[in-house]
Amino acid sequence: MTTTSSRPIERGAPRVQKTGPIAWSQKHLFNSAFNSVLTVVLIGILAYAAYSTLVWGFTQAPWGVVTENFAQFMVGLYPSAFYWRAWAIFAMVLALAGLSWGILARNQKKIFTVPVLIGFGVAALLLIALPMTRPYLAYSLGSLALLAGGAVAGQSLGRQYPKAATLISGGWFISYFAVLYLLGGNTFTNSLFYLVVIQAGLGILVGWQLAARVGVPAVTKWLGKLGLLAIGFVLGYYVLGNLLYPILGGLPYTVFLGIAAALGIALGLLLVVVFTAPETVHSVGKVVLFLSGFAIVFGLLGWLPQLLGLDFGLTTVRTNSWGGLTLTLFLAISGIALCFPAGVLLALGRRSKLPLIRAFSVTYIELVRGVPLISILFMGQVLIPLFLPEGMRPDPVVRAIIGLTIFSSAYLAENVRAGLQAVPQGQSEAAQSLGLNKPLTMSLIVLPQALKTAIPAIVGQFISLFQDTTLLGIVGLLELLGMTRNLLASPKYLGDFAPAYVFIGAIYWVFCYGMSYGSRRVEEALNTDLR
Amino acid sequence: MTQSEMAAPVTPRNEVGAEAVIVAKDVNKWYDNGFHVLKGVSMNVYKGEVVVVMGPSGSGKSTFIRTFNALEPYQEGSIEIDGVLIANDLKDIEAVRREVGMVFQQFNLFPHLTVLQNVTLAPIWVRRWPKAKAEEIAMRLLDRVGIAEQAYKFPGQMSGGQQQRVAIARSLAMQPKVMLFDEPTSALDPEMVREVLDVMRNLAKDGMTMVCVTHEVGFAREVADRVVLMDGGVLVEENTPDEFFSNPKEERSQAFLSQIL
Repeated sequence: MTTTSSRPIERGAPRVQKTGPIAWSQKHLFNSAFNSVLTVVLIGILAYAAYSTLVWGFTQAPWGVVTENFAQFMVGLYPSAFYWRAWAIFAMVLALAGLSWGILARNQKKIFTVPVLIGFGVAALLLIALPMTRPYLAYSLGSLALLAGGAVAGQSLGRQYPKAATLISGGWFISYFAVLYLLGGNTFTNSLFYLVVIQAGLGILVGWQLAARVGVPAVTKWLGKLGLLAIGFVLGYYVLGNLLYPILGGLPYTVFLGIAAALGIALGLLLVVVFTAPETVHSVGKVVLFLSGFAIVFGLLGWLPQLLGLDFGLTTVRTNSWGGLTLTLFLAISGIALCFPAGVLLALGRRSKLPLIRAFSVTYIELVRGVPLISILFMGQVLIPLFLPEGMRPDPVVRAIIGLTIFSSAYLAENVRAGLQAVPQGQSEAAQSLGLNKPLTMSLIVLPQALKTAIPAIVGQFISLFQDTTLLGIVGLLELLGMTRNLLASPKYLGDFAPAYVFIGAIYWVFCYGMSYGSRRVEEALNTDLR
Repeated sequence: MTQSEMAAPVTPRNEVGAEAVIVAKDVNKWYDNGFHVLKGVSMNVYKGEVVVVMGPSGSGKSTFIRTFNALEPYQEGSIEIDGVLIANDLKDIEAVRREVGMVFQQFNLFPHLTVLQNVTLAPIWVRRWPKAKAEEIAMRLLDRVGIAEQAYKFPGQMSGGQQQRVAIARSLAMQPKVMLFDEPTSALDPEMVREVLDVMRNLAKDGMTMVCVTHEVGFAREVADRVVLMDGGVLVEENTPDEFFSNPKEERSQAFLSQIL
């Protein structure tokens, strides 16, 4: 097409030659003799492969291993009397997902567009048609309805309340603990696991608020110093002692008391140093405030159930009966939730100007990246029980989560550091010239941009963490892969590898693709250039 | 560099008793690689004054004005902003930065925030103003620089001139006592230079104390109370714009002017 210079250039979309499927295939598949032959041969091979797969899938594959053990794939050896608890979790998560979806789509005219409706239709058809979900049809279709209903409710909520998005993130946060409670039941008296997590969560919140709102006064009078020493001692002795009791409780009581007292004195001295030092240690003071807020709440909550002799609620289900997809998801979500902040902190530490912090971060990152994950997990699952006596060992699931977190946070730190390096120097200069201090500059200006750049790498790390949970099957946890191997070990399903692995492969793919798709959507939403 | 080679003594401003906002005395700065970039520079800037700093590239003029809000540390001498000495005290530095606005060559707007959020960020987080108040003042400022209707756009969707005007509004939102401009028009396409200079001209008219590093001779002639030439880390000449452009005292100034005029 030629355009003479005298003619004004036409505005609008560039002209595209319209092509039908025949023209298209002529151009792309049969444009030369060689390519035509290649096309025919390849189509033949693909068709044969597809045919064989379908024949295998519909006539030969022993799907019994999947259909008869569907519940085991989902929840492992969880007692069947408590399956309703797993369903409650599933329903809660779907309802929350629906609400979030609706809130995110609050500005769209219609949520249920044709592709979405088709998706729902396919899901419902699959639930009805597949033999393994048929026994749970009412539950699973109900959950699907919850998702749809949540979306509708979420949309109207989002339109009415501008704070709905914040509320729903809070909902997700709380739901994590609800899941823990539903899965584990009343672990107050049997295990410190659930309690410790809640204690830590609340402690962090309170400490954070304290650090954000309370100024750091300088204490100069000797009486004040003595008071600080006393406060620090009490905090250290009781609170840190209480905190460490599950770990150090196996020691002789006098030794334990000695350690607690030493901690108390150390904390007291730290308080004195921080609060009497000049203003330059202001930020250290904030850290101490944060830690003491954390410690107070952590310690108090640890005592409370013991003081009240609490014993109520759901029957305890120990973590050794947790399993299947539920355990996989629990491990992955816990690992992701923990390794993300840890990775960000390590990345910041590696760029810190304080040599001690930088050295620690570099050492940690390089050490962990130099060790295979499986060795960390073996260390957690096998070595710790060998070294520590009964009663002092953390729960195997906790050990697994810690192992995954230790490993992933090192990789994540490098991803985040790459993002930090991509933020131009001018950004922090501009923020500082407006009077923003370093923490504000970092949290309001640099980190948001760095994390945005690092999204693909970060989500890649999340996906590999999700897949790495399979290694825990090797060290003895019955997560999805471990459960599968467990089932396949029974004589009844001898040799039925293929259907089982195809099935769990599909499950892994759905979740990993979901994360990948989600990250692309987030990236699009955060792209502020030339919108 | 010896004392005798240093710049001419600071000429006090015509208005008797005018209060000095910036007092820089004998400022020396070395880069980490040992390069002596500022060689004993002294300069006072008085309230309501517009000082234009000129000089060839590499003369240290940008570095010099960046020491005024501690973006660049200096090793010897002293700089006082509105009576506060810029030294190692973080609190003092933050206090100074609250009172000193800065506009950069590359705008440095925050690309992940809307124009309005760019302008209200510091007032909300540093001045602790309520959001409504900050937004009201921000809208007034955006109106003043002529882009109020684009308040909800992102910087990436605007032209360079518009971005630079937002950057000016962002600095003004902190109600600074003095504004520093570090080559604010050098990264702009020619047709956008004027809109930015107009904003700066109005600002000067309203009595803002300004220190501008710029090559805009027209702007310097019209707006500046004083023109300063820097070269090789030394303040070569301080003069009124009329004198500086038509009858410079120093040979080095003549050479510089012959190149840019």
